[in-house]
Amino acid sequence: MQEQLINRAKELLADGTVVRVLGWRRGDMDYNPEVAYFNSADELNDFVYNGFCGANLSKYMIEASKLEGRTLVFLKPCDTYSFNQLLTEHRVDRDKAYIIGVGCRGKLDIEKIKAQGITGITGITGTPDAVKVSTIYGDFDIACKDIRLERCHVCKGKEHRVYDELIGESADTRDADRMAGVEAIEAMSPEEKFAFFRAELSKCIRCNACRNVCPACSCRKCVFDSTKFDSAQKANTTSFEEKMFHIIRAFHVAGRCTDCGECSRVCPQGIPLHLFNRKFIKDINELYGDYQAGESADQRAPLVSYTFEDAEPGIVSERGSK
Amino acid sequence: MQRIGVFVCHCGSNIAATVDVKKVVEMAAREPSVVHAEDYPYMCSEAGQAKIAQAVAEKGLTGIVVCSCSPRMHEATFRKAAERAGINPFMVEIANIREHCSWIHKNIEEGTEKAIILARAAIAKVNLNAPLFPGESRVTKRALVIGGGIAGIQSALDIADAGYEVDIVEKTPSIGGRMAQLDKTFPTLDCSACILTPKMVEAAAHEKIRIYTYSEVEKISGFVGDFTVDIRKKARSIDATKCTGCGVCQEKCHSKKSLSEFNRGLGTRSAIYTPFAQAIPNVPVIDREACIKFKTGKCGVCAKVCAAGAIDYEQKDEIITEKYGAIVVATGFDTIKLDKYDEYAYNQSKDVITSLELERVMNAAGPTKGHLERLSDGKHPEHIVFVQCVGSRCSDERGKPYCSKICCMYTAKHAMLIRDKYPDVKVTVFYIDVRTPGKNFDEFYRRAVEEYGVNYIKGQVGKVAPQPDGSLLVQASDLLDNKQIKLKADMVVLATAIEPDPSVRPLATMLTASIDTNNFLTEAHPKLRPVESPTAGIFLSGVCQGPKDIPETVAQAGAAAVKAIGLLAKDKLTTNPCTAKADELLCNGCSTCANVCPYGAISYETKLINDHGIREDRRVAVVNNALCQGCGACTVACPSGAMDLQGFSNRQIIAEVDAICR
Amino acid sequence: MPVNEKTGEFTPKIVAFCCNWCSYAGADLAGSSRLAYPAEVKIIRVPCSCRVNPMFILRAFEKGADGVIICGCHPGDCHYSTGNYYARRRMTLLFSMLDYLGVESGRTRVEWVSAAEGVKFSTTMNEFAAKIHELGPNVRLEDLRCKNN
Repeated sequence: MQEQLINRAKELLADGTVVRVLGWRRGDMDYNPEVAYFNSADELNDFVYNGFCGANLSKYMIEASKLEGRTLVFLKPCDTYSFNQLLTEHRVDRDKAYIIGVGCRGKLDIEKIKAQGITGITGITGTPDAVKVSTIYGDFDIACKDIRLERCHVCKGKEHRVYDELIGESADTRDADRMAGVEAIEAMSPEEKFAFFRAELSKCIRCNACRNVCPACSCRKCVFDSTKFDSAQKANTTSFEEKMFHIIRAFHVAGRCTDCGECSRVCPQGIPLHLFNRKFIKDINELYGDYQAGESADQRAPLVSYTFEDAEPGIVSERGSK
Repeated sequence: MQRIGVFVCHCGSNIAATVDVKKVVEMAAREPSVVHAEDYPYMCSEAGQAKIAQAVAEKGLTGIVVCSCSPRMHEATFRKAAERAGINPFMVEIANIREHCSWIHKNIEEGTEKAIILARAAIAKVNLNAPLFPGESRVTKRALVIGGGIAGIQSALDIADAGYEVDIVEKTPSIGGRMAQLDKTFPTLDCSACILTPKMVEAAAHEKIRIYTYSEVEKISGFVGDFTVDIRKKARSIDATKCTGCGVCQEKCHSKKSLSEFNRGLGTRSAIYTPFAQAIPNVPVIDREACIKFKTGKCGVCAKVCAAGAIDYEQKDEIITEKYGAIVVATGFDTIKLDKYDEYAYNQSKDVITSLELERVMNAAGPTKGHLERLSDGKHPEHIVFVQCVGSRCSDERGKPYCSKICCMYTAKHAMLIRDKYPDVKVTVFYIDVRTPGKNFDEFYRRAVEEYGVNYIKGQVGKVAPQPDGSLLVQASDLLDNKQIKLKADMVVLATAIEPDPSVRPLATMLTASIDTNNFLTEAHPKLRPVESPTAGIFLSGVCQGPKDIPETVAQAGAAAVKAIGLLAKDKLTTNPCTAKADELLCNGCSTCANVCPYGAISYETKLINDHGIREDRRVAVVNNALCQGCGACTVACPSGAMDLQGFSNRQIIAEVDAICR
Repeated sequence: MPVNEKTGEFTPKIVAFCCNWCSYAGADLAGSSRLAYPAEVKIIRVPCSCRVNPMFILRAFEKGADGVIICGCHPGDCHYSTGNYYARRRMTLLFSMLDYLGVESGRTRVEWVSAAEGVKFSTTMNEFAAKIHELGPNVRLEDLRCKNN
């Protein structure tokens, strides 16, 4: 598929449809491609599309929308939800994007390969269903289903929500219950919950990677960097701050988060940040009706809607800590 | 750094009894930026206010904290005092140490400690206060009334009588509305036209009133005091300045098969028509869909017979743009469609009619010239069944959840009128409840039962089945006798639910006026501001706000007019300066704030922004201070914190939180 | 932990955000009716319950509050017609999140109090303060990992 994408990108550059391409460039290893702009056919020789191209390119379209001319962007099915959400919020310009909906059969998590005790990796090649990991100690064959990103186990489906053309086959890789993790925590006692989150959040180093990668966290200036809120402390001045940061971050994207899973993917400390977002999603679905941010560009988000009969906040105590 | 003066009031013994006022002064004086602190028995007195002026003069205060009663009581007093002393009135904050402290805490230590904390919170807030200046906006001294029924006519007359110009926009060819279609009115049985037409004539003749019939509002921009409205005056195909209203054209018209809207489709009219005899203006309209001249190019008989030469086949729609200070919405109602109520056989039988259709049948100018007869065969009916609550108080999606309010009374009226004129006709009414609150209403209903022998049965009609002999079989339950009954009827009259006229929905969008799930316009406060929309400058008249009868409609129309007059009487509007404000450098232009604004006060502009040297065009939120009421919904919805509320800013509230939790 | 110096008892800090039109007036009525509630409750006036940013609530907890209560007009009666509806959804989700993090749900509360409900204001504050006394000092929202206790 990679060759197909490169050829099509070259065509679109050549016929003037687009002036640049937003995609993934080969990294120093097979498993760490990086997001990059390609301005010419030559540069596209470094373009890569493989199982490690998990990065959601939607957010980069905010900046690309400000540039002259159209940008070709490759979006996987789940990435298109983020793009739609950004459209709803007037953050990207649809006319500045030429979207190739690119096929996706699930993306892979290098941490899960390493977790199998595999070290000294020199290369990874693969088919859609399995990869061959070459290491200085020999080759290993691993089934893709065992090393997928967490978000691919709860895949939103193989449909692209917005695109100009489609290339490649997609597959719905869902094989787990999206809310299982949230439910497991809900079932804990308050003490257990607190212990769980204290342990997880204590790992936070406030590197802001989660915020920087998040397509919903697209503010020009985050409230946590702004003097307007008396909250501008990049480093924690009190031990409460990382809690405040993660609660408010999740709250700010509540009803807007498409559950793309990028926050958890990029967290260098491995904090399962999606558990915050999914808690809000679960509550919204249960209390205000099923809602999937980014499903279309003309939905009204749950936090800017209401009904007279909405549940009272007291429902939290009534439901009790399970 | 502010220079803050703190003034602690004893309020006689109201505060001083349970708060050690001297201690509060002593502790407040230690707070940063406090340069003056004193106490006084009655701060709100002349002498107390003079203390403020004196301290401002002597110490150069920039901010003031008054520890006293509730700001709801004397905030305005102290703001004015500050203004007189030369300080911006919005540099004053009140610490409520009476209602929230001295009056509820009996222990003087507790009371004093709390008063000190409340004072600290107010001081912390004033530290971050900034002078605010109320804006001014001009008022165009002309009102627009949308809808020319009794509500619109009454509002227009009242506004015009107060000396202001009023334009009425009516979408049909004549003013008069639903009331013109009614035969008699309850509970006095006056002839509806007899009491309405003088009002119509008065409106038409009023020098301050302009009437645009056959016209619709197309675009509204602006805000309270300064609306700009485009009105589409549809092509009438008649030169109104020449037409004498002789009516010859209507007599001679070759196309006479169009259903009369005025008669609810029960009779026909010509293609060139005035809807009814007393129409105002008495200028016909050519229905271009029905006119042979427009359809085939041939005919033109109306032009030939018109002695005045008023017929103008070339006339085009005209857009009139006008400015208004206030807008009164009086769009009224229609009855709901009965397509989903198969059980009543409304679409199957001509003898099943709505109550509004019965009004036309009973009216001397109606399709049967006022004779009560079956529309299918013209026979005199022996038994008429009325069905109440058709689509009202309905729990499923076919109808409306609310009570239409007028049906119980007009059904009693219909039953009484029929029994009065035709004592041989039997009348049965099926009802869920009979609701007759209103002056002389219950008496009226009881007369229908007791004097006129109308048979009221508590129960619902399950089915109306047309029979081969032309009669109608009515199956119903009698809830009081707890049995199923079957009745043979000649006519069935359905008390059909009323709903807001469908034109109100797009209109509400244009007005940014909020509307409820039933499409009734929402009032600014259900009890205290029932004739105003939450959107400033928009007033609600008649059924567009909720079901009501004629006297209530007229009363509300007058009330809406008074509110509009109150607005028009002002030369300039002072706007509350505690409004939201977007920081252009932080704004994402994401529209989240506009989605929660109940006043339509937020719009977006693409502006060239210089963000620390980066110059780029950005979509940013702009708050219209004349519309914003300062609720703050947008400030929380805004993810970047770009939107803040002046007078209740994020940093001010956080400072209060910190002071209390310190 | 805030302790009364004389009695050694726990004296909680309770922040009450009250909307200007209904609840603040309800608190005024409680005052003029001399309906007592604990002095631990301190009221912050906001124009509408929808002005209460979740950050204010977390800020209060961060600075040592033991309980935070938000009062507004009853649904359907908001001075700004819709503010309390937005507040209701925001607070429901925030409280649910705090509960999810193991913070006792009793430390947060929303109550609709009209300008005529002085009795309800007083009763609510008495109940809420009693609940906070029962829960004790708020330790969960302060991170304990750097402390020795």
